[in-house]
Amino acid sequence: MPDASTSAKGDLKLLNLTKSFGDFKAVDDLTLTIPEGSFFALLGPSGCGKTTTLRMIAGLEDPTSGKISIGTTDITDKRPYQRPVNTVFQNYALFPHLTIFENIAFGLRRRGVKDVKAQVDKVLNLVELPHLADRKPTQLSGGQQQRIAVARAIVNRPALLLLDEPLGALDLKLRRQMQIELKWIQTEVGLTFVHVTHDQEEAMTMADTIAVMNEGRIEQMGTPAELYDNPKTAFVANFLGQSNLIQGTIIDADGDFHVVDLYGQKVKVLKARSHSKNNSVLYAIRPEKLRIDNDGHTRPGNTFKGGHIVDVSYIGVSTQYQVEMPWGQEIMVFEQNDDGVPPLDKGDEVTLTWEPAFSFALDGSQDVNAGSEVNPEEE
Amino acid sequence: MAEVVRTSGGATAELKKKSLIPYFLLAPGLLWLALFFVAPIITLVGTATKTQGAGIGEFIQTYRWANYWDALTGASAQFGRSFLYAFIATLLALAIAYPLAYGIAFKSGKYKNILLVLVVAPFFCSFILRTIAWKQILGQNGPVFRTLVDLHLISSTTHITASVPAVIIGLAYNFLPFMTLPLYGSLERIDPRVLEASGDLYANAFTTFRRVTVPLSMPGVVAGTLLTFIPAAGDYVNAEILGNPSTKMIGNVINAQFLNTQDYPTAAALSFILMIAISIMVMIYVRKAGTEELV
Repeated sequence: MPDASTSAKGDLKLLNLTKSFGDFKAVDDLTLTIPEGSFFALLGPSGCGKTTTLRMIAGLEDPTSGKISIGTTDITDKRPYQRPVNTVFQNYALFPHLTIFENIAFGLRRRGVKDVKAQVDKVLNLVELPHLADRKPTQLSGGQQQRIAVARAIVNRPALLLLDEPLGALDLKLRRQMQIELKWIQTEVGLTFVHVTHDQEEAMTMADTIAVMNEGRIEQMGTPAELYDNPKTAFVANFLGQSNLIQGTIIDADGDFHVVDLYGQKVKVLKARSHSKNNSVLYAIRPEKLRIDNDGHTRPGNTFKGGHIVDVSYIGVSTQYQVEMPWGQEIMVFEQNDDGVPPLDKGDEVTLTWEPAFSFALDGSQDVNAGSEVNPEEE
Repeated sequence: MAEVVRTSGGATAELKKKSLIPYFLLAPGLLWLALFFVAPIITLVGTATKTQGAGIGEFIQTYRWANYWDALTGASAQFGRSFLYAFIATLLALAIAYPLAYGIAFKSGKYKNILLVLVVAPFFCSFILRTIAWKQILGQNGPVFRTLVDLHLISSTTHITASVPAVIIGLAYNFLPFMTLPLYGSLERIDPRVLEASGDLYANAFTTFRRVTVPLSMPGVVAGTLLTFIPAAGDYVNAEILGNPSTKMIGNVINAQFLNTQDYPTAAALSFILMIAISIMVMIYVRKAGTEELV
């Protein structure tokens, strides 16, 4: 029977949440508020603690310390079946012995809901699979099982829907389609979705807010655009998309800008986009923000001179260049193929140009490769 | 694809040759079955219709099918007893084996393999010897009897050996591994995330057990109960060692008819009837259990 806790509504609050396995801290002092009705993504490489966080919210894992509450109700010590939370499991975990109808009806029947048939039919229509009600899960394709797993959870209208790598088992094309569908379902039913994934594109497509996790902590939280446009750590800069990070020193100020010395070349970065506490910085610029020209050609903005192309990959919509700089570092450049000009050749001497406002600067003590060594596609 | 096969004669011949391979592979097994199962069964059916000849142990084929009926009516009490004892022993074995298999599958951690070896360990010792050991365990000087007397549950002048419970306990004990292993197999195969999903969908531990674990372990229950009931129904060792003259099972009758009385036709008829009866029960049971989709 639903008591106060199973009917709790409101924002999800995690307070100093910690989970240790022996000496290893899977989740380390996590404090987080997820607003009611939002689509929230926990993004990070495998082992970053995102799944452990999700399992603690579901009640499948007991926190070592900290609190979890929904609205004003503390659910930290509630059993999984006492929480207003439902989960879409990674491999769906549909009941193999029950029909699709009974799978979806399972939660409703446990709560003693009266109009089971009407509610199951309604949600089957929502996921557009009403004709599969009498089948068994093994008779369904992966994409259909995925939708049934979502239906089985949302039919209960939980305060919180948890999605654990829900699209991980699907092929790329189906995954893209399901991303759009999940986002649509979330808007339609208006529930809070907490989505765990290692796929940055998946998180960016669906979520309103993303929290990037690394080693049990949140590196940065914000909208997809904020995180991509203005990362605050090297890990986020490398994990979300790609970044060129160049070691440098702030040597001067010029209005709203810092002047940074990069191996003898002077460039600028907005003070507001500089996240270093001291003068040592990692100067950062996204590959698609760079313009590439044969040496000698000039454009307004900051420039790097004296690079030469070591690799060219023609992708169709764009061409990707690897440019080796005089100090030995390779810089990545993505050039849109929108001007009808044939791509430059390997070995060409080039000048790179960019708008200073697009760059950002990070604390210089970080590892340049943080977040880029982990393969985001790995399970 | 079909066209390729039609236009190329060589490929067709190749296919024909390949399609014979399974039969070659099956041949030794089929031959074995024919020699040691089909042939003896036919002999058994034939022996059952013979009648007494001149000397003891001499029988003439007279196709007296009424032998079957005579055998059945003559041993109906033992037939009934066999199925009843086997049924109760199967339930008892299920009640013991289910928690055991559940514990090994879900709660044993690193001790899983050791526990599985322990389940099978009794097989390293002779069946007869273990049954005789039960006579000691349940005997007047054994731990079970004394404990029950001390607890004033039974009187010290009675006995537990040579009784119906002793036979049933012996049967349940002897076939326990056959019940435990299939149960363990099907419980161990259950995806733990399915159990988590049940908890996530508002089912408490008991409801999860009843609605998810038990249905998903049904293949193991069916296999285990069959592997226990079938040999238990035909068993005569437990009734012989742990029973008394009024606990005789059909196995004891067949044994006596073959070896003591040397009434081969009756023994053969009883054997055949037992086999048919068990086959029919198994068919009905499997049909009722309806686990075809899960197995």
